[in-house]
This record gives sequence, structure tokens and C-alpha cells, in this order.
Amino acid sequence: MLAVQIKAEQEIAPLISSKKLFIFECLGCRDVYYPVEEAEQFIAGLKEGVVGKASLDYLCHREFTHEYIKAYASEIEKAQVILVFSCGVGAQVVSSLLEDKIVYTCCDTLYLNGFQGLTVQEFDCDQCGECYLNYTGGLCPIARCSKHLLNGPCGGSQDGKCEVDPDIPCVWQQIVDRLAKLGQLDTLERLGTAKNWNVSPVS
Amino acid sequence: MKTRSNLERVLEAGQFAVTGELGPPQSADSQVIRRKAKILGGHVDAVNVTDGQTAVVRMASWAASLIGKEEGLDHIVQMTCRDRNRIALQMDVLGIAALGINNILCLTGDHQKFGNHPMARGVYDVDSIQLVNIVRDMRDEKKFQCGDEMAVEPCLFIGAAANPFADPFEFRVTRLAKKIAAGADFIQTQIIYNVDKFAEWMEGVRDRGLHERVKILAGVAPIKSVGAARYMKARVPGMDVPDSVIARLQGVPKDQVSREGIKLCVDIISQVREIEGVAGIHLMAIEWEEVVPEIVGAAGLLPRPSPLT
Repeated sequence: MLAVQIKAEQEIAPLISSKKLFIFECLGCRDVYYPVEEAEQFIAGLKEGVVGKASLDYLCHREFTHEYIKAYASEIEKAQVILVFSCGVGAQVVSSLLEDKIVYTCCDTLYLNGFQGLTVQEFDCDQCGECYLNYTGGLCPIARCSKHLLNGPCGGSQDGKCEVDPDIPCVWQQIVDRLAKLGQLDTLERLGTAKNWNVSPVS
Repeated sequence: MKTRSNLERVLEAGQFAVTGELGPPQSADSQVIRRKAKILGGHVDAVNVTDGQTAVVRMASWAASLIGKEEGLDHIVQMTCRDRNRIALQMDVLGIAALGINNILCLTGDHQKFGNHPMARGVYDVDSIQLVNIVRDMRDEKKFQCGDEMAVEPCLFIGAAANPFADPFEFRVTRLAKKIAAGADFIQTQIIYNVDKFAEWMEGVRDRGLHERVKILAGVAPIKSVGAARYMKARVPGMDVPDSVIARLQGVPKDQVSREGIKLCVDIISQVREIEGVAGIHLMAIEWEEVVPEIVGAAGLLPRPSPLT
């Protein structure tokens, strides 16, 4: 069973044109499996834009990934965009650790059964097969918005909280804050069209 | 005119529109709807029929609308994405249009947690903006969401909601712009008690010229009691009830609070009417329909243009 698939080049190309890139590649779930060759082809196609690359197992492991970020600090500093090849959890971990960087995922996550709990983590991935993180500042509205909105925040967002429960942060408020920080507020103008739920084998 | 909607006709004629609201009963009692419809008739241009508001089981919006239509009302069927996926939504869109309903209000819907079946599974296959887009493509392109074509399109005047009082405030105009881009013809706002904040939002709306692309109806509602005002302030998500409103209601003898609530509503109507870009009001006197004729009259909005037959 494929854990992730590599996104189409035309989906990523407009996001990264003429940008300096740093790449994180996660090989932790390679056995279930990660399309290594396709990923390598994709990366080879990026050519001169790449200023550095780190391959590691289990990007979802926050502390571990944090160590890698420290080790590659100078390359990451030079990059304008961080590209992540991993499941949605790994992409969210990187995004949360590099709050001032634009982080894009190059993968759609299809299947994580039995793997999500491998390391304790604060992020979830619904394995929806059509990763939306590139338009939400790396925060997942499918997994974390009570109504799974792609065009949030809804009218019930108040003081950073979801209307459903004061203990639930409004992920769309967090998305707006993050996009503001990254100078990407225009992303909010994008019309999130009806999602294809027929991609993932688990939904 | 895109449709046979009375509301569209009134708005297109440049007249200040008035819409009302009718909540279907939590039973199969058609008389409740007929009674409310008789009160509202002649005082508003169209009447919203809610779709399981606050996620409580009530008679279906389309069914209650059909009963109200027999009483001569032009209805706005509210349709939420909470309980139906895109297959069911599109089936209902075809059905209401075939039954002679002329308007739809596309909503995401109150979360099921707030209702009388909090154990229910929410659907949210699509959201309000996507539903607007789907209905617009059905009407204007004769296409279903999947791309398949249909023989006879649903001619509906398409509405959406806007809440100028939710957070983050800066995003609220953007969200309106998205609803217009998706295909909304008219907008009904959250109930306005904080007129200054609404005016600030409208300024942002005008800065982008959005008021020229969509008809905006300002949401208003009379408050019955101080307790109701306090409840809305503290408990209803996305409501902004300034302390001055509560103080005004507290400032009159107890037996006159509801009268003051009606006066306050009339005052707010006259204030929002002065704001450039406001094309009408949406008067939500839920379970207090009998005051609608008085409020509309006191606001100087009677008589209403005679409805299309």
C-alpha cells in the first residue's frame, strides 16, 4: 500500500518558481511504501534551485527533526522555500518548527494506518489523498477544523477559538496568522473548490 | 432577471428590500407555518425558512417553504452542508426549483454539537462557498458538480451569509469576496447590534467595490429581554452585543423592555439604511413574528411592492 504519492509537477511549479529551495525527505515509512524513485526524479528536475537536502527517517518525530534543522541551519537560512517529501504529519512538523519559512509539501498522503502513532506528536493527518497544506500555511483544516472547511474561518471563529468548544483552537485563525507572518495573505483569496474524497483508500 | 424571484425583482428595481424569517416547527404541524406565513405576508419581500437551525430537528426547509408558498410567500430555502453531501444537496436544489421555489441561501450550518442530536455525524462534504459555486454552475452552466450536464436548470436566486463580527475581522471582507466569486447574488448578514463595527466592515466592502457586485441585506432582530441580550453576548458564537445595548434595555421598567427592544431594532434599521451599499434588511424575529408588521411599518418600509404572481 502506497503511503504517499508525489504531487504533480504542475501543482508545485507555480509555488516555487525561481525560489531557493531546501528539501526534507522522509524515508521512515519507505517500506509501506515511499516512492523513492519518483521523488528522486522530481528532485532532480528542480536542479539549480536546491541549496540543500536532508534525508532522514521519521520526520514526524519532532525532537529528531529539530536536531536535523539545527544541523542544516545555514542551508535552511539561505532557502526561501522548504520542500517536504513526507506524509502530512511530517510536513506539519517541519512547518511548525520553521515558523518563519514557507513550507510546502510535495506529497499527497494516502495511507498511514498503524504508522500515525509511531512517535508521539501533536499533528494529525486524515490521509485525504489531496494535501491542502500548501495553501494553509502548513496547518491542516481537514484534520483540525470542526467542519473540515477549505474556505475558513467560518462565522463561529471568535478570540482564536472554535465555536464548538472553547478548548479547541480555531485552526483557521492560526492559518490566517501564519499566512500573515509569511506575507501570504493573498492565499486566502483562493477559492477552495469541492474536494475529491475519492482519492484516499481509507475514506 | 436571472429568476422569477420576487426578492430579485425588488432588489433589481433598486428598492430597499425586506426579508423575514420563518422557523419550521419541531413537529409535523403545518398550521404553525400557515399562522406565521399569514403574519409575514405583505410585510416582507421574501421569507427565509431555516434548515434545522442550531442543529435541532425541525420540519425540512423545502417542505415548510411549500406550505408557506401556498400562503403567497416568496421563500428563501436555507440549505446547510451539515446534513447532506453534494449528491443530496444537488437533488434538493433540483427539487426546490421544480416546486417553484425561487431563492436559496447556502450555509455551512450550525455544528451538530449545538443541537438536540449532538451524537450525530456531521457531513460537511462541501462548505457554503462551494455550495454557492455548485448551485451557480447548475443554474448558469447546466452542469452538476461532477461536470455532467442537465436538461433543465434550477433557476434560483442565490444567497449566502456573512458575519462581519467573527474573527479575524480583517478576513471578513475577503470571505465575502470569495462568496461573490463563487456566485452569490445576495448576502444576508449576521444580526447587527454593533452598528459601528458593521459600518467599518461595509467600508472595507466598498473599498473593493463588492457592494456593486452583490446585494447586501443587513441582518436585524428585536431583543425581547435583558436576559436574551446577555445570552446572545455570552453564548451565541459570532454575535457582537455591545454593553450599550444591554444598558439601554436595562434603562427602562421591566414591563417595557420588549417595547424598547422593538424600538432599538427600528433605530438600527434606520442607521444601517444610511450606510452606502446596504440594499435591504433581513429581519429575524424568530418566534416573535407578530412584531414584524410593526417594526417594518415603524421603519417606514411599508407598503412593500406587490409580489409577483
